[in-house]
Amino acid sequence: MIKRTLHAALLLGLFLLAGCSEQVPNTRGVYMLMDTSGTYTQELKQAQRVINYILSTLQPGDSFAVARVDTGSFSEKDIIAKVRFEDRPSRANQQKRVFRDKVDKFVKGVKPSSYTDITGGMLQAIEWLTEARTGKNTILIFSDLKEDLKEGYVRDIPLQLSGFSVVALNVTKLRSDNIDPREYLNRLALWQERVESGGGSWQVVNDLERLESVMKL
Amino acid sequence: MSFSDLMFSGNPVLSGFVWFVVLSAALYIARVHAHKAIKLASLTVHNAFRLSARSVMMAIDRLANRNKEVLLNQGRLEAERIIEREFDRVDAIVRRDLAEYPALHRELSEEVVKLDEDYQRSIEVPPSPPGWVKAVEAVAKIPSTKGDPMVGNVLEDIHQSLIKANTKATEEYRQSSHKRHQHLTRMMPHWRKIQHQLNQVDKNVTSLLERSTTIDRHMEEYESIMKKTDRAERMLSSSSLTQFFISLFVLAIAVGGAVINFHLIARPMSEMVGGTSAIMGFQINNIAALVIILVELAMGLFLMESLRITRLFPVIGALNDKTRIRMVWTFFSILLFLALVEAGLAFMREILMEEDAATRALLRDEGSAQMVQNSYLWITTAAQMGLGFILPFALMFVAIPLETFVHSLRTVFGVLGIVVLRIVAWMLRILGNIANYTGTTLIHIYDLLIFAPLGIERLVKSIRAQSDKKEDDVDAVNYGGAA
Repeated sequence: MIKRTLHAALLLGLFLLAGCSEQVPNTRGVYMLMDTSGTYTQELKQAQRVINYILSTLQPGDSFAVARVDTGSFSEKDIIAKVRFEDRPSRANQQKRVFRDKVDKFVKGVKPSSYTDITGGMLQAIEWLTEARTGKNTILIFSDLKEDLKEGYVRDIPLQLSGFSVVALNVTKLRSDNIDPREYLNRLALWQERVESGGGSWQVVNDLERLESVMKL
Repeated sequence: MSFSDLMFSGNPVLSGFVWFVVLSAALYIARVHAHKAIKLASLTVHNAFRLSARSVMMAIDRLANRNKEVLLNQGRLEAERIIEREFDRVDAIVRRDLAEYPALHRELSEEVVKLDEDYQRSIEVPPSPPGWVKAVEAVAKIPSTKGDPMVGNVLEDIHQSLIKANTKATEEYRQSSHKRHQHLTRMMPHWRKIQHQLNQVDKNVTSLLERSTTIDRHMEEYESIMKKTDRAERMLSSSSLTQFFISLFVLAIAVGGAVINFHLIARPMSEMVGGTSAIMGFQINNIAALVIILVELAMGLFLMESLRITRLFPVIGALNDKTRIRMVWTFFSILLFLALVEAGLAFMREILMEEDAATRALLRDEGSAQMVQNSYLWITTAAQMGLGFILPFALMFVAIPLETFVHSLRTVFGVLGIVVLRIVAWMLRILGNIANYTGTTLIHIYDLLIFAPLGIERLVKSIRAQSDKKEDDVDAVNYGGAA
């Protein structure tokens, strides 16, 4: 009788332990949108540096994707590289190298797009990060934030960004912004409003040296 | 009910006065019963605290007795263990040395015989005078004849012969003396050997005497423990507290070693079990590393137990020697295997760190920077592997301070328990006294509140006493006059 009880207790303990096994909630998911429109392609070298930096900070279990922003960005085809780093650190390092090579290849052969569909890219990012089921989600937008939609594209869609951090990187000033800075400020304010009304947090980092502090958050 | 409801008129002073008079009167009427009630209540609380304090004091006595019993019992077991070991050592000495005693005796006898033989050979034997000396004497007694050359020749020949004989005898004597000296020289190593053997015997006997002195001392302590003397208790208690702090210190060092060990293997464990899953909030690679260290500790404990160095598990100690030795080898093999695994993991850790550094350098410097290969890197790798291999065996010895800690913990808890109970008893006594004096104080405060009726009472009593006295005086005068 005592033996049976002991066996039952042991099995129960094992089940409880197995049940307790869970994914660590502090895994990170990062989705980076790279603007490839017009003259902004000249900034892609910097984007490459940002990507490399992010790769160096990510750990096994984290997810990372880089996608281009072009005429219609709400598409998996625009994802340049994506990865979920494996549990084994050695494999994760290999994945990082492969990822870097893919991005390098893309930057070398990139062609400027005619339009800039940032909202579509954001929607794609939300979808991908939600599927990745990571603990902390960050969307990085490497763009001047000037959205230029092709006729017929509907992007007046509220963004569901609850639990997401959105960071705008290297938001360059356009020639028109220099003439009237209000355009630049309005552009930033518009995106901030869209993100915050969707439940997300908004941050702008133009000095890429500060990216380290952002990535630690 | 508001304050205005209590007022009889618009004048608050008047209302207050009326209330004061009414309450004073009411309190005065209830004074005796109120005093009794207060006294009784304070006495009840006082007695309750006093009884509780007494119970606690009794518990202290019981705990102290129990502590003493446990302490003496532990001390007795320890003393028995030490005496047993001392007897084992004496037994070993006696077995080793007395077993060799017949051989030693034989050797000594042989040496003595050899010495005796050499001595006999070295005895000086005076050379015997030649046989013809008597003939010479006879010739010498022949009356000398002057001018007889024959006699002179004979005497000359005899003289020459005597010189030759003397020279020969001297030579022989020298040779025999040389031989005797050679015998005496040969005796030297025998003497030295005998001296060495006797020194060895002396050393063994001295060692035995020292052991016997130690045993005597331990036996005295043992007898003192068996007699349950206060001295023995004090000695054991002091020793136990010292042991507690020493073992605590050593355990803290061991914990430091375990932490280093943990950091050595936690990271490479993620290569085996992954580093993203978690159980109850703890990463699974950390748990796996911790489990390995705990298993090593357990194996170390069992190994020390099987070697009978510690006695934490009587079941292992009570096993027969054959099974026990098998267990020793089993535990040692598992420990060795785990140590090898740890050394491998430590090596893996170094590889992972290098790979991480290379990847980081590649990513941050956009691939232009090359990793500088440090030629001394093998030192850290070897050090890590060495630590990974050594630490499991080092942690094995935690069993010794752990045993001491567990045993002395009982004494420390007992002492602490007594201290806590003494504080509780003291507090209970203080509270009881406070309750008692609070009752007295409340009675005085009560009387202070009704000072006016009490003053009137005293006044009335005084007037009544004076009138009674006057009446008594009048009666006395009247009775005196009548008489």
